[in-house]
Amino acid sequence: MKQQRPLTISGGRIVTREGVREGTVRLVDGRIDEICGQPHENDEVIDAGGRLVTPGLVDLGVFAVDKPAFHFGGITRAALMPDQSPPLDLPSRISYIAKSGKPDFWVHPLAAATRGINGREIAELALMREAGARGVATGRQWIADSGVMLRLLQYAAMLDMTVIAHAEDAALVGAAVATAGEVATRRGLPCAPAHAEAIAISRDIALAEMAAARIHFRQVTTKAGLDIVRGAKARGARVTCGVTPAHFMLSDLATVDFRTFARLSPPLRSEEDRHAVREAIRDGTIDVIASGHDPRGPEDKRLPFSDAEPGMAGAETLLAMTLSLVRDEVIDLVKAFELIAMAPARILGVEAGAIAAGLEADIAIIDPEKPWIIQSAKMEAAAGNTPFDGQPTQGRVSALYKGGVLIDL
Amino acid sequence: MSAPLASTKGVVSMTSTENSPHAARYPAGALAFPHRDLIGIGHLERHEILFLLDEAEQWVTLNRQATKHENLLSGMTVINAFFENSTRTLLSFEIAGKRLGADVVNMHAAQSSVKKGETLIDTAITLNAMRADAIVIRHGSSGATQLIADKVDCPVLNAGDGQHEHPTQALLDALALRHSLRERGEMAEDFTGLTIVICGDILHSRVARSNLLCLQALGATVRLCAPPALVPMGIEAMGAEVFHDFDAALAGADVAMMLRLQTERMSGQFIPSAREYHHLYGLTKKRLGKAAKTALVMHPGPMNRGVEIDSEVADMIDRSIITRQVEMGVAMRMAALDILTRRARGVNGWGEAE
Repeated sequence: MKQQRPLTISGGRIVTREGVREGTVRLVDGRIDEICGQPHENDEVIDAGGRLVTPGLVDLGVFAVDKPAFHFGGITRAALMPDQSPPLDLPSRISYIAKSGKPDFWVHPLAAATRGINGREIAELALMREAGARGVATGRQWIADSGVMLRLLQYAAMLDMTVIAHAEDAALVGAAVATAGEVATRRGLPCAPAHAEAIAISRDIALAEMAAARIHFRQVTTKAGLDIVRGAKARGARVTCGVTPAHFMLSDLATVDFRTFARLSPPLRSEEDRHAVREAIRDGTIDVIASGHDPRGPEDKRLPFSDAEPGMAGAETLLAMTLSLVRDEVIDLVKAFELIAMAPARILGVEAGAIAAGLEADIAIIDPEKPWIIQSAKMEAAAGNTPFDGQPTQGRVSALYKGGVLIDL
Repeated sequence: MSAPLASTKGVVSMTSTENSPHAARYPAGALAFPHRDLIGIGHLERHEILFLLDEAEQWVTLNRQATKHENLLSGMTVINAFFENSTRTLLSFEIAGKRLGADVVNMHAAQSSVKKGETLIDTAITLNAMRADAIVIRHGSSGATQLIADKVDCPVLNAGDGQHEHPTQALLDALALRHSLRERGEMAEDFTGLTIVICGDILHSRVARSNLLCLQALGATVRLCAPPALVPMGIEAMGAEVFHDFDAALAGADVAMMLRLQTERMSGQFIPSAREYHHLYGLTKKRLGKAAKTALVMHPGPMNRGVEIDSEVADMIDRSIITRQVEMGVAMRMAALDILTRRARGVNGWGEAE
């Protein structure tokens, strides 16, 4: 459905790149027309009542198209990881998925870097780009063969596509489900050293610099890994990285009672690493916060910890958890939306993710203080596997527009 | 509340702690052991461990008689659900249940419906629906026993979950050690002042974790000895001293507890060869000489003679208590089954019968 009639949102506090300002936002024909103008005649006028008017969230790296959960969380676009069944390694699959959410939700498929996500043969990246792929992803695994990774990065650089990598050295990780340390030792969980991440990042950055490619690490979760990214950025490497709220909210202490909702990939880390992640968000080393949305039902989660599938349903809690960083004074409001909208939109190369004239009219109206309790049993997502079950939090979306059209929440 | 099943005879037949010699030392009734399940040593207090050990003594006595049968658990069903292959532990639990008069059923889940895709929870619900009075579980994944315990209505005993815990093994080791010390005239109830070396594949061993917790709770100093790759990271935080040199670890030790290499759990190569492992970590008679003069030798079995332990050490009559560990295993498991079913049996002070 196209936007039929111009819409002016007034009385809100608008989160723009330059700062938070009071005024109006006018949406015409699915695009942002102007900011802080006057409503025109015949405009539909909505009063935001002092709430925040923000860009719709852009979620970089999810594992399922789960529209109700994304809409609940204020997410209007998501980049879908190629780890689907069947994997997104053919142009036909990309083009099917790219249309699957429209009109009220846009899915940006990420092309599988290798056929069958096997880490060996490079997939048809150019054809998949043509079919709508917005990036290349290695999937939820590392490409162990350095020769393949170098050729992939060179090829992606030629096509001007960002490679989204998973940073865990596969040989060190093996069948591990936890980070080596006191908790994993006490609980007898198969574990791998946290440095498996730093080792993978070091290699991938070296290869990316050789290939002059853009690389984005979907999740960097350890102090050692973040230090390497920080250093690479300082010398001008084209590297960005992200994290999910689990790794700045929780540490491996959340796994002491074998709760499989806290079984993630990469696994939860130590408290020290958790603090390092918060510091990296504060100093700008981390560019993106994503939900990693991966709803998993009881058949995948009601199992012993090491037999359960990794992943969390994160779409509904992404906004509230990011706003908690604002309340904790780690970041300010503009930076929060930089992390969950502007930067991911930039990495995907889409004309959205910010409130600026000419961009797509993906707008959320947010009550940043509204209290609510995260309840696994009452989620919109396809499954309620949240590690934040029972936690009180603040910040909810009260209205969401995709291309200027109001979405039923 | 009816009296405990009173039709029994002799000193070994008490059904509650009230008339046992150690009764006065523990809180009355269920307060002595306020747990429904036996999942891990980590959940137990020192006095609860001592209570279990003291309760097991009566079954040691019974097991040494010609007629070793009680009707304490008569009419009750005990299911041994073993999701991992086991011979010794399964046999020990089966004998323990039968000597107490329970109907014991063994479920070899390693080759049953679990392979057909049934989830662990569904299996647990199935066992529960069959109205078991106690379920003994061994599973290859850490935390699996607790997962089942949360879904069933009867007591659950952990017979080993992944690399997490194997509580009855640690308890029987403590019982065997205490018996041996008492035979020498050392009458202390715990192991305060003793230095105990656990040597072998610590990384993959639930026995090592349970023993570390149990022996420390009973006052011992525990040294762990293994090559670095077989020592789990952060184990020092559990209070152990870590050694890589077996001779240094043995120096002055009172007990050497040897573990086998769990090659079935290893992904990749941890040890160049069995011969080389024996060279560094095999308990030989010469090496045992580094320990205290009367140091005892333990092994939870199964032993790989010539790898982690030499035959002549394993068979030393005055020093090796390996067969005694097996003997104590039955008594310890009888005590655990007795205590955990007291509530359902309506034993005085242990809560209502159903």
